[in-house]
Amino acid sequence: MDVFYLIFQQTMMVAMAILVVALGGMFSERSGVVNIALDGIMIIGAFCGMFFIKMMQSAGSTMNPQIMLLCAMLVAAVAGLIYSMLLAFASVHMKADQTIGGTALNMIAPALCIFTARTFLGAKNIEITQNFFIRDGDLWLSKIPVIGDLFFSNTYITIYVGIAIWAVVLFVLYKTKFGLRLRACGEHPQAADSVGINVYRMRYIGVGLSGVLAGIGGLMFVLTTVGSFGGTVNGYGFLAVAVLIFGQWKPVGILFAAIFFALMGQIGSFYPTIPFLADLPIPGDVYRMLPYVATLVVLAFTSKKSRAPKAVGVPYDKGKR
Amino acid sequence: MDKFKKVGNKLLKSQGLEALSASVIAAVCGLIVGLIIMLIVNPSQAFAGLGSILKGGFNGGFAGVGNVLYYAAPIIMTGLSVGFAFKTGLFNIGAPGQYTMGLFCSLYVSFMFQNVIPSSMLWVCALLAGMIGGMIWGAIPGLFKAYLNVNEVITSIMTNYIGMFLVDMLVKGNITMFNINEARTRAMPESANIPKFGLDSIFPGSTVNGGIIIAAIIAVLIYIVLFKTTFGFELRACGSNKTGAKYAGVNEKRTIVMSMIIAGGLAGIGGALLIQAGASNTYEPVNVLAVNGFNGIAVALLGASNPIGIVFAGAFFAHLQRGGFYLQLQNFKPEIIDIIIGVIIYFSSFALIIKSLFPQLFTFLKFKKNIEDTTAKTVEKTIEVEIEKNTNDKSGEV
Repeated sequence: MDVFYLIFQQTMMVAMAILVVALGGMFSERSGVVNIALDGIMIIGAFCGMFFIKMMQSAGSTMNPQIMLLCAMLVAAVAGLIYSMLLAFASVHMKADQTIGGTALNMIAPALCIFTARTFLGAKNIEITQNFFIRDGDLWLSKIPVIGDLFFSNTYITIYVGIAIWAVVLFVLYKTKFGLRLRACGEHPQAADSVGINVYRMRYIGVGLSGVLAGIGGLMFVLTTVGSFGGTVNGYGFLAVAVLIFGQWKPVGILFAAIFFALMGQIGSFYPTIPFLADLPIPGDVYRMLPYVATLVVLAFTSKKSRAPKAVGVPYDKGKR
Repeated sequence: MDKFKKVGNKLLKSQGLEALSASVIAAVCGLIVGLIIMLIVNPSQAFAGLGSILKGGFNGGFAGVGNVLYYAAPIIMTGLSVGFAFKTGLFNIGAPGQYTMGLFCSLYVSFMFQNVIPSSMLWVCALLAGMIGGMIWGAIPGLFKAYLNVNEVITSIMTNYIGMFLVDMLVKGNITMFNINEARTRAMPESANIPKFGLDSIFPGSTVNGGIIIAAIIAVLIYIVLFKTTFGFELRACGSNKTGAKYAGVNEKRTIVMSMIIAGGLAGIGGALLIQAGASNTYEPVNVLAVNGFNGIAVALLGASNPIGIVFAGAFFAHLQRGGFYLQLQNFKPEIIDIIIGVIIYFSSFALIIKSLFPQLFTFLKFKKNIEDTTAKTVEKTIEVEIEKNTNDKSGEV
């Protein structure tokens, strides 16, 4: 049972990070901009968040660690927002190929972060003191049987943030005027424009929101799984794009897809502790391949009826009909 | 005189030149950003740093140029791979995986069949094995795209990771290849190394080898296939208008798969060229995606997907990367080159648009001058016609 709790807790940490990033991607794609730059934005968010924590800790700050983490998430969000504006500018105003623009941002991000870290900190990695972990018994809620073990012990505050973001996104996308307009811009921007919606602005907002969420998600991922920043998020930004497609560009689908992929990923790293998997004579690399193989298989089965936002990837041109 | 003007105009308006000038604009923008970063970090050394980058391989004299050619060969191949797929309207971001698979197959054949294949033929067989490995890995996204309607970008990202883990697993599990004490493969058999074709006497003391010649020949072949054959025409037709090509009787599913297979093969040869170069004859399975694969994307974009352009773009990036090596003398971190390359891709994604702004500016300036200079009435008239046409077009848009 302990192994089960451990895997569940770990899965939740990763799942919430992927979820938040994929929701960001959803905003961007629903507004009509392909966002393959999620990986790069995650890296930038993670870097700025970790850098902030490092600076605060070395300044001897006595801030409550949980509040400090929330502040770091805010920093990551702002960094992600600024970085994503590069994509928005290229794809909305310059009508660039969005996939290529995104790829460029993916290449710049790790180089920029490693360069900055090496120039200003003297080392490639950013190491921080880990005092953000919520241990068993830290919260009185952890005394609740089963649920306490599942959600309120051995965890990070990030999973609550993730759940909250999901709920807000669900509401914004389906129950507000803004959500409707955003979705319209991804389906038929000309029609949206004809009723007075500023398509360019909506797409800027869509990409901006994806930057905010991907930045937060990047910090969530790096802090909860690796604990130090080394210039990469292990390609989880790309996995988030797959989650987005698997989840059919809808928040509920994305939630389940994220949990599925996180679970696959955790089997990759925890197979030695799972009794029956550890006994099998299979090299660890096979388990590490699992999330990616699972993505391929799942996409093969779901893609026939997959329906992306209609106008995604097409630069909006007012003169076109 | 008129004839000269005509030829000149034709040249100026040709697509090749347009693409070239767009690439030059992107490259200059990238270098400017690099300079700005260096100015922020260390203003006193910034211009010396820029000099190092621009001098690139020439910092090391003839040997330096030889090293540039050594680094250029694999990224020209991955560049050709990405560029070839681009011509068919596919974005082959799977080059790193195909490259790694090619590298592995080349390793495998060199080690396991070194006593079977005559030693004079070993390097050719290993190279072909690398090509086949890359082809198989490229076929997967192609098949998924053609028959299952899955976006090739996602599948090739997944095959990148799967290929990387698979190769690392296979390498670690093979005692003949893997040296457990050093956690890397043993050195390739000497006979698997690509012959130098006399290049080592031109660039003494460098790591140059025949790979660059092979890459250049393949680039020419790809150029012929793309632009001088029916098959190439079908590929390009599919890339510019899929439904149109289908209507004209092109089997677009087959074309997609073929294009990805060829692209994969090209990247696979790239991997084989690296491991068979002699200077980098061991492979370290450390679960890292092949950087040369991603650089191929940059090379293809800068080369405007034209095989001949890609050869020069590959040489340019190799030149920059060597510049990054010498940049450390000015105490800058070499990652700045990766930033510059990323920025170049970023700008090349919309460089054609930046460029299209230039003629507008030009016309505007000309127009102003002509109002002052009343003798050039004919030119003025043509501009007026142009402007009229423009305004008509605009009114038509609304």
